Amino acid sequence: MKVVVNDTAHEVSAKTLAALIDELGYSGARIATALNGRFVPKATRNETPLEEGAQIEIVAPMQGG
Amino acid sequence: MAVSFYGQDVVSPLMLGTAQYPSPEILRDAVLAAQPGVVTVSLRRESAGERAGQAFWSLIQELKVPVLPNTAGCHTVKEAVTTAHMAREVFGTDWVKLEVIGELDTLQPDVFGLVEAARILTEDGFKVFPYTTEDLVVAEKLLAVGCEVLMPWGAPIGSGKGLNNVFGLRAMRAHFPGVPLVVDAGIGVPSHAAQALELGYDAVLINTAVAKAGDPINMARAFRLAVEAGELARIADPMEERDMAVPSTPVAGKAMLA
Repeated sequence: MKVVVNDTAHEVSAKTLAALIDELGYSGARIATALNGRFVPKATRNETPLEEGAQIEIVAPMQGG
Repeated sequence: MAVSFYGQDVVSPLMLGTAQYPSPEILRDAVLAAQPGVVTVSLRRESAGERAGQAFWSLIQELKVPVLPNTAGCHTVKEAVTTAHMAREVFGTDWVKLEVIGELDTLQPDVFGLVEAARILTEDGFKVFPYTTEDLVVAEKLLAVGCEVLMPWGAPIGSGKGLNNVFGLRAMRAHFPGVPLVVDAGIGVPSHAAQALELGYDAVLINTAVAKAGDPINMARAFRLAVEAGELARIADPMEERDMAVPSTPVAGKAMLA
């Protein structure tokens, strides 16, 4: 299935957002996620299915003013 | 002299941004020199390979200073609200510095979007620190939707121009005597920070002025001293300004030598 993560296309086998996090190598990282512009809490990533063309954002702490 | 936001005391009226420092080491040393009550942080896309955010998070945890995540760069209510939710999960705090930017040249807030986003986030349990202007009507609306802190700009973000509208900031202080007020944005040198505190502001938020100084660590120390001076001056009750000179040396007893 093709999905877009942080504006980059990926071909993945993951069926859920939680599986995608593991497949792309983010396991254990302090991150937050959004799917198609909507925040997905960590606790519900496992029950969040992915569909073809899904737009996923994965963010982490960064310097800010 | 403790500053309190949403019932939580912070150790200093200096709030320090963490962006634009020459290196993580200089950022850490600047924070140690500034001894801020709060540091501001943000969220950006993470690369699984680089994991830059994870290293930054480790540094922030070492500093043991309360964090205030921002929604910098958000131009719509939806973006700002979603970013706030992501920040709450990542940073483990319900504090959010709410920015809804309305204009690119000045980075001034879209105050209509700001009030709406503040309403939504307050209903969602956030403690909102709104980046606003000195407009009293907007301020009233922010308080009405649940904000308990206001953060008017001194001047456009990153401009270093100081307090552009002292009259407006003074009016805001007088109008909201019980509300914690923070000058956020535009402060360029320590005297601007001292001035804000002398006006009765509870705190100042500074980033570029320290990060882009030739020596950020000494500038951080200078800001720490400036907020201490400003706070002491406010407590000490500054004299009233006069339009005409009044001699400070007593005239009585002066020898008649003319």
